[in-house]
Amino acid sequence: MGHVPLSWYLVLSAILFALGVAGFVYRKSVITVFMSIELMLNSVNLSFVAFSYQLQRIDGQIYSFFVMVVAAAEAAVGLAIILTIFKNRGTLQIDEVDSMKL
Amino acid sequence: MIDTVLFIICAIVAVVCGFNLVLQKHPISSALSLIGVMSSLAVLYLLLGAEFIAMTQMIVYGGAVMVLFVFVIMLLNAGSEKASSKSWFAQIAGVPLLLAFVGILAFLIRGVLPPLGTVAFGSWVGGTAEHVGQLLFTTYLLPFEIISVLILIAILGAVVLARKEID
Amino acid sequence: MTFIIASLIKIVIVFAVFMTTLAYLQWVERKVLAHIQSRTGPLRVGPHGLMQPLADVCKLLTKEDLLPPYVNRFFYLLAPFIAVCLALISISIIPFGPEITVFGTRTDMQISDVNVGILFILAIGAVSVYGVALAGWSSNNKYSLLGGLRSSAQMISYELPFTLVIVSPLLLANQLSFRGIADSQAGYYLGFIPRWNIFQMPFPQIFGFIIFMIAGFAETNRVPFDLPEAENELVAGFHTEYSSMKFACFFMSEYANMVTITCVATLLFLGAWHPLFPAPYSNWVPSLVFLLAAILCFYQLTSPSPRRLDRITFPIFGLVALVLAGIWAIPQFQFILVPIWWFVSKVGLLLFTYIWVRGTLPRFRYDQLMHFAWTFLFPCALINLLLTALLVAIF
Repeated sequence: MGHVPLSWYLVLSAILFALGVAGFVYRKSVITVFMSIELMLNSVNLSFVAFSYQLQRIDGQIYSFFVMVVAAAEAAVGLAIILTIFKNRGTLQIDEVDSMKL
Repeated sequence: MIDTVLFIICAIVAVVCGFNLVLQKHPISSALSLIGVMSSLAVLYLLLGAEFIAMTQMIVYGGAVMVLFVFVIMLLNAGSEKASSKSWFAQIAGVPLLLAFVGILAFLIRGVLPPLGTVAFGSWVGGTAEHVGQLLFTTYLLPFEIISVLILIAILGAVVLARKEID
Repeated sequence: MTFIIASLIKIVIVFAVFMTTLAYLQWVERKVLAHIQSRTGPLRVGPHGLMQPLADVCKLLTKEDLLPPYVNRFFYLLAPFIAVCLALISISIIPFGPEITVFGTRTDMQISDVNVGILFILAIGAVSVYGVALAGWSSNNKYSLLGGLRSSAQMISYELPFTLVIVSPLLLANQLSFRGIADSQAGYYLGFIPRWNIFQMPFPQIFGFIIFMIAGFAETNRVPFDLPEAENELVAGFHTEYSSMKFACFFMSEYANMVTITCVATLLFLGAWHPLFPAPYSNWVPSLVFLLAAILCFYQLTSPSPRRLDRITFPIFGLVALVLAGIWAIPQFQFILVPIWWFVSKVGLLLFTYIWVRGTLPRFRYDQLMHFAWTFLFPCALINLLLTALLVAIF
C-alpha cells in the first residue's frame, strides 16, 4: 500500500523519451529541436536513477551525472552554433538552413 | 501514501509539460515547459533517494543550461516558428509510430524485464553527496577527468564559435 | 504527530517574522540611506515613520493593477509569481539556532534540515533568474528586455565565483547540511578566538567571505550591481511595466533574497549562532547592548530635540530596550534567546552593510561589471579554493 512500482518510473521515462523524439522530428525551430534532445537526455537520466534504486547501487546516478555534464557541454557548443547560424543566415528555421555554402 | 501522490503529481506535470514543449509554437514557451519537466524530474529523483543528483539537476539543467537557452532566445528575439510543409509520411504515420514505440517500451518494461520492486521514499538513501563523491573519485576517476577535459574543449569551442567576426 | 504540530508552529513563526522583517527592512533602508545623505527619511506615518511599511502595503494594494495590452499575458503574470515564490522558499532550510527542548519536545530552530542544504540554496538561486528574465522578455518593451538580458548574463557570470567560494567552507566543515556546517564552527582557539570559518585554521576564509559578499551583491541585483534596473539608463529595467502588487512581488523578492544571502553568509563564514566570546560572557552581551541602547535613548532627553514628539518617543524606546534587556537576562530563556540574538545581530550587521554600500558606491558600467567578474573575482575565488583544498589536504 502506498508504494509506487518502479516500472511506473520507467514508463514515464519512455513517454518523455517519445515526446522528445516527436519534438525532434516534428519541430522546425533549431532551438526547439535542441530542447527536444535535452528532453530525451533527461528521460534517460530518469531511468538511470530508477535502475540505480532497483539495484541499490550508486553507479546509475554517476552515469546520469555524466550525462548532465555532457548535456551542459553540448548546450554551450550547440547554442554557440545556433548564434552563428542566426548571424549568418538570419533564420532559425531548420529547413531554411539547407545550403552548404552561402 | 504521500509518495504515491507526489509521484502522480510530478508525473502528470512532467508529461503535460513534455506535450507542451512539443506543441507550443513559441520557443520560450517550449523552454518554460522543459524547465517544468526538469523540476518535476528533480522531485522524482528525490523520491528515488538521489538527493545529490536531484540538486545537480536543478543547478545544472534548471539553472545553467536552461538559463542559457532562455538567454539565447531572448537575445535573438526569436519569434514563433512558421508552420512548414511536413512530409506526407510524417503526417500519416508519425503519431501511430510514436504510440507504437511507447507501447513496445511499456510492454518490454512490464513484461520482459525481471520483476521490479516498488519504491518507498526514504527506504534507500544512497545518493548523498558523500556516497556519490566517494564513487566519483575512486572508481570513476578516469571518466571524471576525461569529462572535465571535454568541458574545457566545449568552453573553447563555444568561445571560438561565438567570436565577433567569423571569416 | 508532535512533529507535524512542531513544524506547523515553526512555519507560522518563521513566516510571520520573515514577512515583518521584509516590510521593516525597507523602512530601515530608507532611514539609513536618508541619514547617510543628511536627510531624515520617512517621518510622517507614526513615530519616526515606523508605520511607513503599513502605509506602503496599503498603497500598493489599492493601486490600479495595470495589464498593458502589448504584453505576453501568461508570462507577464507568471514572472512575479516565480520571483516571489522562489525567494520565499529558501528561508525554509535556514537554521536560526541550535537544537532545543521545549515542553519536552526536542526540535531544531529550523523548518527543515536538508542533507544537501547548501545545494538547495544554490539550486533555488540558479532558478530564480527566470523571474527577472521572463519579466523582461514578456513586457515587450525594449528597456525591460535589456534589463532582463543584463540580469541573466550578470547572474550567470556571478554564479561562478559565488559557487566556487561556497566550496571552501564546505571543505573545512566536510558537510553539506547547514546544521552540520554551523556545528563545525563551535568552540574557540586558545580560549578566545572563535572557530568561525573566517578565523578557521588551516586557511581563514576572510577572502572567501569578501568574495561571497561581492558576488552576493550581484546575485541580488543590488547597488553597485543593479544594472538590470538602472534608473537612468533603463527607466526601471525589467519591472518597468509592472504596477501594484506585481511590482510589490519583485520588491519583496529582492529583499527576501537579500535576507537569505546574508543568512547564508552568516552560516557559512560568521559562525552562525556561535557567539564571539566564550559562553559565560556571551550570555550577557545581548542584555548589555539593550541596556546601552536604553541609556542612549534616555540620554537624548538631556539635550532636548527640536521635535516635540521625540520627547515622548525616546523614553518609550528606552523603556522597550530596558524590557528587552530584562528578558535576555532571564537565565531560563537564555538557551533559546542568546543564540538567536547572535544570529540575528550578525545578519543585521551584514544587511546594514548592504544598505551602507548602496548609500556609498556608484553603479558599475556594464563592461566593467563583466570584466570584474571574469578577470578578477573568478580567479580570486579559484585561488582561494585551491589554497583551502591544499591546506586542508596537508593538515
